[in-house]
Amino acid sequence: MTRPWSDQDIEGIIGNLLRAGVIISAAIVFAGGLVYLLGYGSSHPDYRVFRGEPPDLRTLTGIIHDAFGLQGRGIIQLGLVLLIATPVARVAFSIWGFAAEGDRMYVTFTVIVFVILLYSLVGAGYGY
Amino acid sequence: MNTLEFTILVAMGSFIAGLLGALTGLGGGVVLVPLLTIFFKADLRYAIGASLVSVIATSSGAAAAYVKEGFSNIRIGMFLEIATTVGALCGAFLATIVPTRFLAIIFGVVLLYSAYLSRKPRPPEQRNLPPDRLATKLKMNGSFPGDDGEIRHYNVQNVPTGFGFMFGAGALSGLLGIGSGAVKVLAMDQAMKIPFKVSTTTSNFMIGVTAAASAGIYLSRGYIDPGLAMPVMLGVLAGSLLGARILMRAETRVLRLVFSIVIAFLGAQMIYKGIGGTI
Repeated sequence: MTRPWSDQDIEGIIGNLLRAGVIISAAIVFAGGLVYLLGYGSSHPDYRVFRGEPPDLRTLTGIIHDAFGLQGRGIIQLGLVLLIATPVARVAFSIWGFAAEGDRMYVTFTVIVFVILLYSLVGAGYGY
Repeated sequence: MNTLEFTILVAMGSFIAGLLGALTGLGGGVVLVPLLTIFFKADLRYAIGASLVSVIATSSGAAAAYVKEGFSNIRIGMFLEIATTVGALCGAFLATIVPTRFLAIIFGVVLLYSAYLSRKPRPPEQRNLPPDRLATKLKMNGSFPGDDGEIRHYNVQNVPTGFGFMFGAGALSGLLGIGSGAVKVLAMDQAMKIPFKVSTTTSNFMIGVTAAASAGIYLSRGYIDPGLAMPVMLGVLAGSLLGARILMRAETRVLRLVFSIVIAFLGAQMIYKGIGGTI
């Protein structure tokens, strides 16, 4: 490309990225839902008392393990993790986009947001 | 009621919440949590976990369209996301230590306030404001296609006030598992004098990132249950996409009134149950 990147180029790619993320994650959640209902459809749900999810549905490695073991709940959770990752990917892409525009100030702002998101996804909550 | 019946009913309720939220512009997230806790008897923590992931889905789905149309301002969004994500982290941490009955009361107050905001007439938009020094330095001023097809320019005002509001919006989002679009729009439209259309679409764009900041914490604390989040997320997403599609042709004035009454009623219920400790 001969001309520098403009806001419009970046906006177009961000739009496609968000749409793809939502479609892919919804499809995975739906597929996992079918597997889950085929297996547990006749059981009785109980969400009255909060027990928290088991460790394998709380961590990325556990979720991937369950999903590839074709467990319905694991597949759904993998879809949800991809959904959560969609806005994070949008922010990561924006860092690159602002850098391509040569906008240092906004590269800095975007990196700050990206670090906060990574902290929430990877760092926080595993302290116990 | 077995899991299959439960899942279908939750999906239908979420579909209606998403549809009404999109049609009225009030968002489906605010009615989801009361729906799940009051009618489906789910624990508040499971409800806010499921609500939060559905908020990410609807925000990303709608933002994809708005961003391409050139309404949302990605610089304003990006800068203010610093405030909303820090707020969301604080809110999500608070959510893990505040007793659920207090969370229910806070939720009820937010619902009542949203109902009030949706009835309050919006003051007329101020146009042609002079450029503000800080906003200009932050390259926030922009333009968008107006109703008459003409490009309209705007100058952003009061950046620090807006930033402060955004921290509050993020904290509420992390605390209650909602998008808190109403507070975000208030900050941009009222405080920062950004045109309403730009405010609402930029708010939508920011909601996903804000929610992702607390979703990581919710996930690692075990608030996100796949069995509950699945019908909620798929239902709300389908409902809000359909709502956005028929929005152009629908007469929403009466619908808005009805929906705001429903929101006020659910708010009163949440406060009542919170005070009674039955949530």
